Order: sequence, then structure tokens, then C-alpha cells
Amino acid sequence: MADELLRIDDLRITSVSGNVLVDGVSLTLKSGEVLGLIGESGAGKSTIGLSSMVYARAGCHIDGGRIGLGGVSLRELPVEGRRAVRGVRIAYIAQSAAASFNPAHTLMDQVCEMPIRHGLMKRAQARAWALELFRALDLPDPDHFGERYPHQVSGGQLQRAMTAMAMSCRPQILVLDEPTTALDVTTQIEVLALLKKLIRDYKMAALYITHDLAVVAQVADRIMVLRKGKMVELGETEQILHQPKEKYTADLVAERAAGEHFAVPSIAATGQAVLTVEHAIGAYGDVVCLHDVSISVGRGQTVAVVGESGSGKSTLARLVCGLLPRKSGDVRLHGQSLAPALKDRTREELRQVQLIYQLPDVALNPRQTIGEIIGRPVSFYFNAAPAEVAARVDELLTLVGLPTDYATRLSTALSGGQKQRICIARALAAKPDLIICDEPTSALDPLVADDILRLLKKLQDELGVAYLFITHDLGIVRRIAHRTAVMLRGALVIEGPTQAVFSPPFHPYTEKLIASVPELRTDWLESVLAHRNAAPAVVV
Amino acid sequence: MKLFGSKPPLSAWIGLTIMAVYVLVAVLAPWIAPFSESESVAGTWDPPSATSWLGTDNIGRDLLSRLIYGARMTIAVALATTVLSFLIGTTAGFLAAVGGRAVDLLLSRFVDVMLSIPLLIFALIILSVFGSSIPVLVLTIAALDSTRVFRLARAVAMNITVTEFVEVARLRGEGLWWVMRREILPNAMPPLIAEFGLRYCFNFLFVAGLSFLGLGIQPPLADWGGMVRDNAQAITFGLMAPIWPAIAIAVMTIGVNLVVDWFLSINSRPSGAMAEM
Repeated sequence: MADELLRIDDLRITSVSGNVLVDGVSLTLKSGEVLGLIGESGAGKSTIGLSSMVYARAGCHIDGGRIGLGGVSLRELPVEGRRAVRGVRIAYIAQSAAASFNPAHTLMDQVCEMPIRHGLMKRAQARAWALELFRALDLPDPDHFGERYPHQVSGGQLQRAMTAMAMSCRPQILVLDEPTTALDVTTQIEVLALLKKLIRDYKMAALYITHDLAVVAQVADRIMVLRKGKMVELGETEQILHQPKEKYTADLVAERAAGEHFAVPSIAATGQAVLTVEHAIGAYGDVVCLHDVSISVGRGQTVAVVGESGSGKSTLARLVCGLLPRKSGDVRLHGQSLAPALKDRTREELRQVQLIYQLPDVALNPRQTIGEIIGRPVSFYFNAAPAEVAARVDELLTLVGLPTDYATRLSTALSGGQKQRICIARALAAKPDLIICDEPTSALDPLVADDILRLLKKLQDELGVAYLFITHDLGIVRRIAHRTAVMLRGALVIEGPTQAVFSPPFHPYTEKLIASVPELRTDWLESVLAHRNAAPAVVV
Repeated sequence: MKLFGSKPPLSAWIGLTIMAVYVLVAVLAPWIAPFSESESVAGTWDPPSATSWLGTDNIGRDLLSRLIYGARMTIAVALATTVLSFLIGTTAGFLAAVGGRAVDLLLSRFVDVMLSIPLLIFALIILSVFGSSIPVLVLTIAALDSTRVFRLARAVAMNITVTEFVEVARLRGEGLWWVMRREILPNAMPPLIAEFGLRYCFNFLFVAGLSFLGLGIQPPLADWGGMVRDNAQAITFGLMAPIWPAIAIAVMTIGVNLVVDWFLSINSRPSGAMAEM
């Protein structure tokens, strides 16, 4: 086709250790078209994105295939020729804007650097173009925005500044690598809308890489589903969402859709509380980051604490555990007041509250066997003999759905989902009444996260353990929480039965949160924006 | 062949061979040395001959025999010193990392004071006051050396202390000793083992240096540093006598360093490196 901009044929990328990272993937991109690349971690999405600029990360090597840009085969170009393409005709926007800017230079300098360096524009021209981009990207005070340093602007603004940097040479193709994943939902929606407008206004083509189907549904014309370096399915966005041909795609869609429905009965606060937090105030030094929070978790209940980053939800968990001694207020376990600091609590009190972390990799000692990791709480809290400990470890491994011969292995050899299961088994080993789950699924791939949620729910039904579940994902809340607490800037916005919190009449902030979560339909973004323009959102 | 889960390169094999030979020689000294270490067998600085292959020293003792017995003393003293210094240094370093701010402040400032005093001068003062017996020598060098070990152990442990598996142990109510021994130590091992090799070399050279100054291992016990000093004047007559112990010191140092380099290269790989987190 004449308007075919980028064409990748039979791409093959291998790592130094011989693993095939991308295996025979082909794609085409027409001008003005957005192609979504979706898949779990390790699917090769980013590797393919980078390879469109004939770039491979350290340790990877493009082994075979053809990468054609406007009919020119990029792999045959010398290094200078490739450099003339990168950033100029194809530009890349990375996931972490904060890690991609040089903290020692102003944003304007960094945005103008590329066109000046490539000799495309004079400094004044580059500045004028940057200002136009800042304006197009809706940045605050665009005329002076460029004078700031990266740490002086917010995460969402920085992500937009990086978009301006990518646009600085007026490229034909943008490669967007999870550009909104690191952002809060309310920020994500703004960045998403701007990206979409930008692509349309400047008639660019784009590769949009993400793991979130609902996000890609808003911007992409076509979607390619990848798994373990191979293409699973390629199709129009509507077709992928509504008539997926492959089972894997159908699973992904089903998993994403599950979060839009309530799955557990909402419960009013019961008399039998395992944990009661009353008027708790927490502070790091003089900075108060938890204002007068009260919350209660009943036996066998799940109470979800939701909020954006910086809302104080993890601080609440630390305060309950005693890692951050409270300034005032009370934390009671079965009606008994707990000492503010960890070191003043009894072993029995410590046993009853266990914690599951967001990143299972760093929550497990890499030099201990799984048997030691799970067995330690058993021998520590119950003074069990070695034979009893071994039997209990087997029992716990079976409970979390892992084979018992894992006891002799090190955790480093396991996958993320398996590691999280070990963490759950370790928490259960103490026979706790309350488990605090600090975003236990947000670092996992969607299908794996789904399994972990199911496991947690099953364990609650069998063992009657209560969860204080900290998350930013409203889909998870709907699926597992009996009650929900919404937090904003260290304070409780609203607390109540989940369905009540998520049904009208809404608290304005809850409504904003709910409206910001992308839904699995292609017209979601438009409808939300239309709604916003009609009735300006409440600024909280 | 694999050692510690890694295939040693040629240089590491050379180092390992050197170390093995030295240890064998030291252990078997009474059986392989032709003479005893203190017996005069010929005239002063006799040239190499069929009976004494490397010649004799300043008072007519067989140089080869003294070299062989010297291996015992020099290697054993350096090893004892390093082991002791690591026991003190890592324990204090880990304690500073996990024991809270007050403990850290106390230990770290004390170590800073110790580090501000030149090592050699300090050792010389202690040894001249208490007299140079082998236990005093080992204790003095170990105490001084442990301040260096402390710095590394503390830095490595600090990185491990902030990980969540240590937090889990604390939340469980584990004591300091358990956290240090079971959570931190296994993860701190790679950099500490590499440092052990390096510090062994330093201590080995330090003992040799003190012996050269006359405050290390005392005659008639043979040690290589002392042998260099005893025979130093021979060099003005163009004789080889002080060169042999000097070569023994140099080869030992190179051998240990080759092995240490290999160890460091294993640990710089992402899979085994916890300290780089």
C-alpha cells in the first residue's frame, strides 16, 4: 500500500543467553493509524516497540526480519543513518517520565535539544514549536513551563512534557510504551485524552504499548495481542473486544470485564470487630500524613482502602502494624488496645496481624528455602517441633495451590504469581485473624492477579480470616470487598458497604475516581470527556 | 569443573593452585623441610649448594627450610587475624545497621575516630607497650582491621535492612540476632567473601611489614617479613638471600588476589548480586 509507513516483517529478537524474545512478528502501520500492542510482561511488547527504531536493549539482539520505514530497510542503514531516524521520524515515549528526564537541565532545554542537535531548527524556532506543544498539551502556564526542572512538575505534567519532547522533531510515528501506567487514574484520563487529540491533530501514526485492554481500546484502531514473543491475534479494536478469536484474548477480556461487577455481598459494620482504628493520626516527623482516620474490620470481612498515590493508604497499614507509631487515636485488636510501636507489642499480638506486600520479589529472602520461609512463623509462634513444622509447611503449600516439593527450593526460581502465593502461605502460617494486603496484585499480570484474588477469597471462605485490602484498583474492590473506605490526602472521604459507596448518590471524589477508570468500550473516553464538558467535574 | 556454582577461569585456577601449594607446604613443613628453622648449618650467606638449595641466611640457617616454616607462621597469623577481624567487624557493622540510630551513631563515630589514627603508628604503639607476642599481634591487627570491615558490613547490611523480607521478620517479632544471622548475613555473604580475600592480603602484608620493623613475629620463629629484614644487608653484596622471602610474599598476594577477582566477577552478575540492589 502506498500510505504504509512502517512495515516489520518476521522480526526475530534473541537475548545473549539464547532466549527468543520476539519470534516471527510482523506488523504494518499506515499513516494516521494507531496500533495497540497488548500482552503480559515478557510478551515482547516493548522489545518490538524499540525495534521499530532498530534499537535493542543491552543483552538483546535483532536476529532476523526486515524493518522498513517508508520503503527503506532500517537494518541495512549504517549507524549514522539509524540515528537520523531515531527521534526524528520515529519517537519513543517511555513509561517512567521521571526516570527519562535529566534532573539537571530545564524542561525547555531538553525538549529543544533534539531538533537543534539534528540541525532541523534554529533555537528560536525550536522554542516556538515547544511552546506550541506545551499549549497543545494543556500544560499550566505554557509560556514559562519550560523554565522549570523535572522535579518541579507533577508526574502527569512530566509525562506530557516527554510527549512534547518526542514531538519536537515532528516525527511521523510515535512509539508509546505504557505512557499512562505509572499515573493515577484521574491523571491518566487527561493524558490519554491529550495523546489521542495530538495523534489526530498532527496526523501521526502510533504504536501504543500497554497491558490494559480498556486503555488501548480508547486510542487504537487495531490491536495486536502478544504472548511470549509470539503474535496471538491481530484485529480491529471492536472485534478484539467483542468477538475475540483466540481463547487467550477472550481470557484477557473476561478478566478485565470481571472488575465491572460486584461479586461479594456488601455488609454493614458488625459488632464483632477484629480490628478497630479510631481517630488515628500518623506523621513522619512533623509531616502529618494521616488525619483522624477511623475504620473497622469485622471477622471474616474484607475492607478495601482505595485512593490515589499519596492518599495515605499504605501509611494506614504501617500505622496498624506499628511500623509507624501513631501520634494519637487508638488501634484495637479484638477490643484490646495495641501499643503504638512494634517493639512494645506482644508476640501474640504480632501473630494475629500479618502483612502481604506489593512486590513479592523483595518480600522473600532470596537465600532461604521456601520451607524455611514458611516454616519460621510456625516454629516462632507455636514452638512446633521440626516434624510438625514440615507437616504444616506441606499443608500450607497445598492450601495456596503449590506442590509440596517446593519446600526445598529457593524463591528466586519462581514466577511472580508463585512468589505471591508463598507470601500468602507465610502470612497464613501464623494463623492470623487479620491480613493486611498492600496492593498484592498490582505488580502481577492480569490473569495471574486474577488467580491470586480467587485464592484470597477462597482462603477467606475456608479460614474466616479478615482482610484490610489496600489498592488503587476499583475493579478489585468491586470483586472482593465487603466494605470500602475511600481516602484522599490522608483523610477518609467516605466509608461504607461497597455497593453503597459505588452507587448514587456518590461522594464527588468517589464519582471522579469511578468515572476515571477506563471501561471496555471504545467510546468510553469520548463519553467521559463529553460528560465533563457538559458538567464541569468537581475539583477536589 | 564448577566451584561455588561457577566455572573458574584460568587465572582463578592459577590462584587456587598457588594457595593450595602454600597451604600444603605450611602443613607439611616438618616433613619436607631439610633442616629445622633455627639450626645453623653453614656460614653466613653461603651461596646455593646441593645441601641448601637457596643458600643460607645471616647466621648460617638454611633459607629454604626457613621459607617453608615461615609459610606456617605468616599464613596462620594472617588467617587468624582476618577471621577475628571479620567476626568483630561484621557483627558490629550489622548491629549498626539494624540496631537503630543510637547504636549506629555510637559505633560509627567510634570507628571514625579509630580510622583517623594511622594504622601502622597505632599498631607500633600497642605492640611496643604490650610486647610483641603472637596473641597480642593477632588481637591488635584484628581490632584495627575490623574498623575497615565494619564500614563495608554496615553499608551492605543497610541496603538489606530496608528490604521487605527484613521488615517481615521484624513484624513477626524476631530479635536482632536472628535478623542479623538469618536475614542479613546470607545476603551479605558475596561482597564479604570478596572483601575477606582482599583484607587477608592486607593483613598478610601488614604482618610482614611489622616483622620487617622488628615488632612482628619474633626470632627464632621464621616469618617472611622478618626474613627480609634479617637478610636486607645481603642485597648490598649482590646476594639473593632477601629476594626469596620477598618473592614468597608477592606470589601469595597475587594468588589470593586472582581468586578474589574471580569471586568479585561472580558476584557482579545480576543473579547473585544482592549488594547492588
